[in-house]
Amino acid sequence: MRSLVLWCPDWPVVAAGGSGRLPCAVVTRSAVVACNDLARTSGVRRGMRRRDAQARCPELQLFDANPERDLRAFEPVLAAVEELRPGVAPVRPGMLAIKAPGRFYGSEENAAASIAERLVELGVWDVRIGVADDLFSAEQAARLADVQGWKVIGPGASADFLGRLPVEVLEDADLVGLLQRLGLRTLGDLAALPGRDVLTRFGAYGAKVHRLARGVDPVQPEVRKPPDDLVREVVFEPPLASVEAVSFSVRRTADQLVAALADRGLVCTSLRVEAEADDAQRSLLSSRVWVHSRWFGAVDVVDRVHWQLQATPAGALVGAPVGLVRFVPEVVEQSAAHADGLWGGGTDDRVDRGVARVQAMLGYDAVVVPVRQGGRSPADRQLLVPWGERPAGVRAPDLVWPGALPAPAPSRVFVEPWATSVVGPDGQPVTVTDRGVMSAPPVRFHSGSTSGWQAVDCWAGPWPVDEQWWEATGIGRGLVSRFQVVGVDGRAWLMRCDSSGWWTEAAYD
Amino acid sequence: MQDGVPRVPLPMHPALADLVQLRTGAAYQVDRASLGLTLLAAPSHEGSWTAVVGAADLGIEAAAELGIDLTRTILVPDPGEQWVEATAALIDVVSVVLLRPPAAVPAHTANKLAARLRKRSSALVVWGDWPGAEARLRVLSSRWSGAEGGHGRLRSRQVRLGVQQGTSPERCAELWFPSAAGPVERVVDVAARVEVTA
Repeated sequence: MRSLVLWCPDWPVVAAGGSGRLPCAVVTRSAVVACNDLARTSGVRRGMRRRDAQARCPELQLFDANPERDLRAFEPVLAAVEELRPGVAPVRPGMLAIKAPGRFYGSEENAAASIAERLVELGVWDVRIGVADDLFSAEQAARLADVQGWKVIGPGASADFLGRLPVEVLEDADLVGLLQRLGLRTLGDLAALPGRDVLTRFGAYGAKVHRLARGVDPVQPEVRKPPDDLVREVVFEPPLASVEAVSFSVRRTADQLVAALADRGLVCTSLRVEAEADDAQRSLLSSRVWVHSRWFGAVDVVDRVHWQLQATPAGALVGAPVGLVRFVPEVVEQSAAHADGLWGGGTDDRVDRGVARVQAMLGYDAVVVPVRQGGRSPADRQLLVPWGERPAGVRAPDLVWPGALPAPAPSRVFVEPWATSVVGPDGQPVTVTDRGVMSAPPVRFHSGSTSGWQAVDCWAGPWPVDEQWWEATGIGRGLVSRFQVVGVDGRAWLMRCDSSGWWTEAAYD
Repeated sequence: MQDGVPRVPLPMHPALADLVQLRTGAAYQVDRASLGLTLLAAPSHEGSWTAVVGAADLGIEAAAELGIDLTRTILVPDPGEQWVEATAALIDVVSVVLLRPPAAVPAHTANKLAARLRKRSSALVVWGDWPGAEARLRVLSSRWSGAEGGHGRLRSRQVRLGVQQGTSPERCAELWFPSAAGPVERVVDVAARVEVTA
């Protein structure tokens, strides 16, 4: 059985959207995971530290590593190849294998050309294809092919082809080093050794490598099953203009969607709802991804349709009448992973229903879950996440945030800080210099609330913070000093002094 | 009781337990955000769900410091006109609701919610004025310590707390709120502890 391997080099860079004209690299917190050709010519290598890479190539564009993004971006490639030839086996993001289609396209060269052409149409420019008797030889052939080119190793020629390759292609630094010290420079040298000697010296792993080097590895790639089509649509004939009618009509389809998932032992945790108008272009009225705190039941799906289409509480629709509603499950998971524990678990079912009622009343974003996060100002230290969504981009709360105020935390944090006046003994407003020196101690203040001017009982501070000075504009930009101010009435306030004056940010109520 | 639903006592912070006892089916009035959060903290810590309606300026970090479990807390920061309906819907599913009414509350609205509270065995803590509250908690005076003229930081606050139940005279207690060691402590306890250690 002949194998065809398709390789897209530097896939993490391609998936991250790196341009072909600039040097780009994908980095984890400290090390380079992948880089493109331009970066490589400047001396950037895999495994190099981020700052070393930037030192060698200052114009290097950096992207954060995200293995899920790599997988996600590779999915269209898999689907495109699957259309031409079923039985696609993903090897890793950026590389896939299929059984070489020979007869249908006339020859293996023609097949490779068709596949490369299809992928270039898809926008994947750097495609290389190798065809050989076994998977390992095909992969090595693909690595030697040109951009959008192919290399075919004829039947029975694998051993010959591999024999000329250096042992470095094995991608196992320890083994390669050992083989080189033993004087084995090419795979041919390794293949020429008797199999029994290799087994006694290197064990089962060595024997496998030996089989690879001789081009007789019988392993066939594991073929993936094309994903089931779980997308469901409802067509309205004639189109519906009211939200109530739409939500009523999608009920049966929502039931079918959930039942179809349940038949496969799956549940949907993230669902895209699309609504199309009934005009000639089938223009998209609205499309939104919904995430559920547990998983979507039929009622939840109907609720999401209702919230999405409801532009105003009066029940008017977004734009034009709706001709079609489509449900696309974005994330499905095994239902076993979401089963209730024997003693219950996860979110309380009853609470979910109560919250759904409030959401139906006030809208999806009205119900939130509080999350603590790291930051310097009290408002930065908290985050409100809509119910059912997972918090994203939360700063670690337990790290040290220099400039943050120590406990106790203020029990009221104002959404909009109040303009405040603070004056010194001479009646002039108190100011803070760039070096954190105050013009005078605060003596009286007007907190902006109804209580009027009052004397300062005691105060503490300043806690200076210089954030986002590199931004042109923004709230909290530049040098900011925070003070705890207690009035003679016993109430304590958290005040901020910046270039625009004094503001009350929070209250120790 | 009137409709046969038992009025279950809810967990209370030990420093407040002999001043006031929260029971399901009643409303309690407080005049400070931190007082309301403290009343919510003990039930939340014991595993109940809690909700906060109408308080957009709540300090989340302070709530966590007072002992509220944020993973079992539902916030409706801005319910607008429909705050009664939203509160009623949440009373159905959580044990304690902290409510900040946006305007003066008419007596008939309070009665409606009180009936719902009794039926669903929940408690309501109102930050603001509430007709027919079972008990009214208010801060009579407070004094912060820890901050001097520019030195130190706010550490603890001595509070004189007044509790009025029904028409009985107001009972007062001195509290450290927060104290240097935790969220709430009785001043007498602190004095006794000092004597013991001395």
